[in-house]
Amino acid sequence: MKSQRSLELGTGLFVLLGFAALFFLTTQLPGSGMSVGGATGYKVTARFDNIGDLKGGSPVSMAGVRIGRVESVAFDSGDYRAVVTLRIDPQYDRIPDDSDASIQTQGLLGGKYVGIGPGGSDTYLKDGSQIEFTQSAIVLESLVNKFFANFASKGSEGEKPQ
Amino acid sequence: MITATLQRIGAVGVFLGRVLAQCGPALLRPRAVVHQIYNAGARSLIIIMLCGLFVGMVLGLQGFDLLQRFGSEDALGVAAALGLLKELGPVVTALLFAGRAGTALTSEIGLMRATDQLTAMEMMAVDPLRHVVAPRFLGGVIAMPLLVAVFNVIGLFGAQLIGVQVMGVDTGAFWSQMQSAVELDDVNEGIVKSLCFGIACSLIAVYEGYTAKPTAEGVGLATTRTVVISSVLTLLLDYMLTAAFLGR
Repeated sequence: MKSQRSLELGTGLFVLLGFAALFFLTTQLPGSGMSVGGATGYKVTARFDNIGDLKGGSPVSMAGVRIGRVESVAFDSGDYRAVVTLRIDPQYDRIPDDSDASIQTQGLLGGKYVGIGPGGSDTYLKDGSQIEFTQSAIVLESLVNKFFANFASKGSEGEKPQ
Repeated sequence: MITATLQRIGAVGVFLGRVLAQCGPALLRPRAVVHQIYNAGARSLIIIMLCGLFVGMVLGLQGFDLLQRFGSEDALGVAAALGLLKELGPVVTALLFAGRAGTALTSEIGLMRATDQLTAMEMMAVDPLRHVVAPRFLGGVIAMPLLVAVFNVIGLFGAQLIGVQVMGVDTGAFWSQMQSAVELDDVNEGIVKSLCFGIACSLIAVYEGYTAKPTAEGVGLATTRTVVISSVLTLLLDYMLTAAFLGR
């Protein structure tokens, strides 16, 4: 009788584990249910005209070193811009408040990340402050379009694609 | 040669029909099925977890090496997740299942045949298909998708272990890119594949045991055939299922 009980217990555990794994695969993997990383550090917001495919969880880096993460992405229907909340790790607390934020691409196929370029101010970013100078994501299609537009009207100097 | 092969395929088909007809009555006695889920599933768990971990770690290593050349290490999560969910998880689990649980089923039923236990049951008007074969078949079919799910989850964490902890891919990029690229259809493809492999491997195992020659040599040959046929059938089915899923 005892072996029968341990057998049933083992089967129950196995089935439970299997269904837990199935549950994880079907609910956590597609979509963005899981939050990553701890919630330490201070929050800074930045407004962009276009964020490309930047997502929550994307890295925030300065001079190529990761200093934080994108906490959330929202849309401001007042001025039609994207509001990106960045969470900067607490040890990086000496970032000038006139620094600029730009959205850049990692490698050829990589995801987007937020790059911070240092400003020259003596006051630093703190929790809740906003980065004023921002540069949108470069959309490859519009870049190509611009290039061909310039190419077609050759000689005339077009706007520099940003 | 060709007629013999065709006859064999036909015999397996008829056998499948007879087993399926006995599955309903077998489910009325769940204790036997639970016992077989334990034998086929719970006892294979350790080897499945160990292999899942190593397959995931290798994926992390190879994927990182390849993606690094294009400067896209962040896509490692996507590569590992899709590779595991759609191909490696179901296929490797099925191959391990054929070796671990399939052989045990074949030799068990084959020995029952060799020692005339199955004949004795028939003499007492107890249908061995209902009481011996059907619960084992059901146990394998139920255990396989669960084993695949466990394999996939362990494999993902193995890939994460190598990719993020050792190679230094960013955790946020690893998971967020994976979550945005993997769709429910990809998960479902893996589940459908694992169900098909479960049916195929369990059927081959019980069929080979049931029709084994009642000698020591016959049981040994049947066990070998189980592994060979299950493995080939798994890879064949995998190609056809993949083609069907991609062709939708």
